[in-house]
Amino acid sequence: MIEVKNLTKRFGKQLVFENLNFKINDGDFISLIGPNGSGKTTLVKIMMGLEKKTSGELKIDKQTIGYVPQFRNIDLDYPLDIEQFVRLNLKFTLSPKKRCEDNEQIKTILEKTKLTEIKKRPLGLASGGEKQKAYLAQSLLNDPRILILDESTASLDVEVKMQLMDLVKELNEKYNLTVIFITHDYELTKKYTSRALFFKNKTIEEVNVSDVSEDMFEMRG
Amino acid sequence: MFGYEFMREAFIASTFIAITAGLVGVFVVSRNMSFLSHTLSEIGFAGASFGILIGISPLAGMIIFTLVSSIAVGSLSTESSRREASISAISSLFIGLGILFLSLSSESSSYATNILFGSIVGISSKEVNQLMILALFVIFVFIIFYKPLAFDSFDHIGARAAGLKTRLLSIAFLITLALSVSIGAQIVGSLLVFVLLTLPGATAKYVVHTVPKLIMVSVGLSLSGVWLGLYLAFVTNWPVTFFISVFEVIAYFLGLSYKNWKLNH
Repeated sequence: MIEVKNLTKRFGKQLVFENLNFKINDGDFISLIGPNGSGKTTLVKIMMGLEKKTSGELKIDKQTIGYVPQFRNIDLDYPLDIEQFVRLNLKFTLSPKKRCEDNEQIKTILEKTKLTEIKKRPLGLASGGEKQKAYLAQSLLNDPRILILDESTASLDVEVKMQLMDLVKELNEKYNLTVIFITHDYELTKKYTSRALFFKNKTIEEVNVSDVSEDMFEMRG
Repeated sequence: MFGYEFMREAFIASTFIAITAGLVGVFVVSRNMSFLSHTLSEIGFAGASFGILIGISPLAGMIIFTLVSSIAVGSLSTESSRREASISAISSLFIGLGILFLSLSSESSSYATNILFGSIVGISSKEVNQLMILALFVIFVFIIFYKPLAFDSFDHIGARAAGLKTRLLSIAFLITLALSVSIGAQIVGSLLVFVLLTLPGATAKYVVHTVPKLIMVSVGLSLSGVWLGLYLAFVTNWPVTFFISVFEVIAYFLGLSYKNWKLNH
């Protein structure tokens, strides 16, 4: 569970948001929506401990977060294949038993994310959707209980977006994984998420998923 | 050829240099630090001149200068967009200093030529021992930090998201890079040490797709380059650096062609 009370963040004198109050329960599939610059990514960075809060309370277990970032520098010449890219997130071990467990874990995650058949493909040559699946697979290592997707569907075409979201939904339902989905896509929000937190006027309010509309992404934060 | 002591020493030293440079080079390439490694070589030149001027060994001078400047670059440029500008600023200063130190010292210009372009005859057995210890230290650091360093180097954003201390890793890497530059410059010279620190690593990424294989291919190419270079330099009396550069450049273009061929088949 994640519990936020009166959370405020400033960069110097500039206020990003203030007095955020909300709760996220285990197994929620929640969308974090709002215009560009409203503080969505800053909020999740605070959750992961990559940014410091200015004031307020945040109760969360940081060890259990898997994060799929918005941007990654993977060009055509990127050398590692998909499996090796996923393996980067494994901890170092000399124990043969742990190595076996790691290999088993990689196998399971590649199956879960439907990457087994293309695991030897260099990531630089993979399609946008395959890359996103690889990022997702890597973030699922070490068994996170919370998964944060930061606009992971932004550069994908409609069909691939749906495939990726179907996969995330499956993981959410099957393993009771909490999903926080930062998005600018109101159709995906309506179709997949069960709750929506809307950044408005430097704070956050919960809105009905069915009431989420396109104009919520256009106002300035 | 091995009847000459200087050739034996040169082979031993080059072997350690090649292993270190090949290993570090994989990470130089994946961290997009080719420009920095080139600059560190120039800074190494300034350090060596400084060493000569104040009467310590050129290697010690190089290590001091490359270490200080690489940590300075690391601290100045947390954002990659600022890195190139800070590197240019720091390298300009150090190249200026290098020229000043050399003009102030009483050593002949042939000494400067050795520092800049390398030499296979200039290595004493004491220096070989120093190089070996430094090379083993670099390899040891890589073994210790291998997993997190690979994560940070091949997926910096993912590593940060996973909570790795990427700043610390970056400084540890810069220290090993500085040492590798100082070690490598002893044979191939400070101007061309970046050949060994970038080309084998860059070639490897066109051919293989796992971190251990990248390291193996890079070290293999680096070793082949210096061994062949030393042999040909001995036979022809031409500069060893010339042969190493030509070998690594040919390997690079073959690697690139292989990748392009594979893409079309």
